[in-house]
Amino acid sequence: MRQGRQTWLFKNKPVIIAGAAVGGPHEAKGPLAADFDLLHDDLWLEKDSFEKAQTKMLEEACDIALGKAGLSKQDIRFFLGGDLLNQIISTSFAARTLAVPFLGLYGACSTSMESLALGALIVDSRAGDHVLCGTVSHNAAVEKQYRYPTEYGAQKPPTAQWTVTGAGVALLSADGVGPRVTAATIGRIMDLGVSDPYNMGSAMAPAAVDTITVHSRDLHISLDEYDLIATGDLGRVGHGIAGDLLSRQGIKFASGKFTDCGILIYGPDQPGVMAGGSGCGCSATVAFGHIMHRIRRGELKKVLLVATGALLSPLSYQQQESIPCIAHAVSIEYSH
Amino acid sequence: MSKSQKPTLTPAQLEYQSFARAREPKRPVLLNCFKAFLVGGLICAIGQGVSEFFLWHFDFTEKTAGNPTVAMMILFSVILTGVGVYDHIAQWSGAGTAIPVTGFANAMSSAAIEHRSEGLVLGVGANMFRLAGSVIVFGTFAAFIVALIKTLLAKAGGM
Repeated sequence: MRQGRQTWLFKNKPVIIAGAAVGGPHEAKGPLAADFDLLHDDLWLEKDSFEKAQTKMLEEACDIALGKAGLSKQDIRFFLGGDLLNQIISTSFAARTLAVPFLGLYGACSTSMESLALGALIVDSRAGDHVLCGTVSHNAAVEKQYRYPTEYGAQKPPTAQWTVTGAGVALLSADGVGPRVTAATIGRIMDLGVSDPYNMGSAMAPAAVDTITVHSRDLHISLDEYDLIATGDLGRVGHGIAGDLLSRQGIKFASGKFTDCGILIYGPDQPGVMAGGSGCGCSATVAFGHIMHRIRRGELKKVLLVATGALLSPLSYQQQESIPCIAHAVSIEYSH
Repeated sequence: MSKSQKPTLTPAQLEYQSFARAREPKRPVLLNCFKAFLVGGLICAIGQGVSEFFLWHFDFTEKTAGNPTVAMMILFSVILTGVGVYDHIAQWSGAGTAIPVTGFANAMSSAAIEHRSEGLVLGVGANMFRLAGSVIVFGTFAAFIVALIKTLLAKAGGM
């Protein structure tokens, strides 16, 4: 089961029988628009608050995933998820709608892989046959809590990232057809003293590097085995730093094999996102939408998803604390 | 806010931060200064135009035209904030839109719009001064100190 210091090896290999991604207007203009199951052109989603809109996106993603798998809510044993809002309200409210046993998680933007790893653990140990894992973020709701009002005119530095409006959900099952979760490495907190919330890529890069190297060491495998290693939401700045940190340790990747969800989700024609995407929805929509589609099409056989989270709060930042960061890695394989 | 409150960084943290800093894009400070100068100047020129308008078309003196001019500039800023344009202009112009009275109006109106979903009292009313409040507090305090110095100098026969 456990191998090395912090890696789980799943011998029953839980199957991701369905994935779903819901996005907002910015994501609809991005290069991955075709990989979303549902795109909204309005940030409000016909709700009267951004927080309610965020809840609705997660509910929609859950419904889509259930529909794809041909299951109903009663078939779900457990729902694992979280979001960025205080007291993870959006996920709890979506869980109220789902009315299934629920475990709320908080791993900031690493929640996608935190929930997938724990879900795989539940399914692998036969504690539950169908587990729903997911997370959501909404640009306006998250910015409201962490930064400034949406319409406030503050100039962002080039290292800032854009919170993704999107929900991503994966449905795990003990058996079925689909990509299989083979291993997961649970990250430890890395804090290299970066305290600028407009530079989260730099803050999170060491956590991603640590988890990737530990994963390879724990499983005694070469990272070359992976067709793709996708970090969470480091953005262009953080991803570049992570790549350089890895190459300093002698780990180099062929071009296109090492990428980042925060870079993939927006195109170069969207300069407003600055260094790239971030937020819970970033790695969740890219992983459970775009990357799952590529795996199912047979383009990728073995993928390592490394979701990164910056575990700060507006309060900790104002009290001048540095940003503790974490990264969880999940290995996914698919043989046709 | 003092630097001494900051936790001291370990050598590994310092080493990483210089490693990362070398790979981060810098704020284009000089270009930002130029843009701020341009837009800030433009806003002031518009303000001057509005002031002239009040002087020519109404019965205002140079001194009394100030208040309606400021009110107009605030109105322009609030409208631009409401239609969702101000933050885009601000991303380009930085301090140019933040420093004039338009920036203050934007800070108040954006917070009011943002928290409308929490109701008029607990939302709009309570959060309107969230960003602008400190400007008022320290602005009033600074004005008090300056007035005090001026009064003392006048008493001493300096002015």
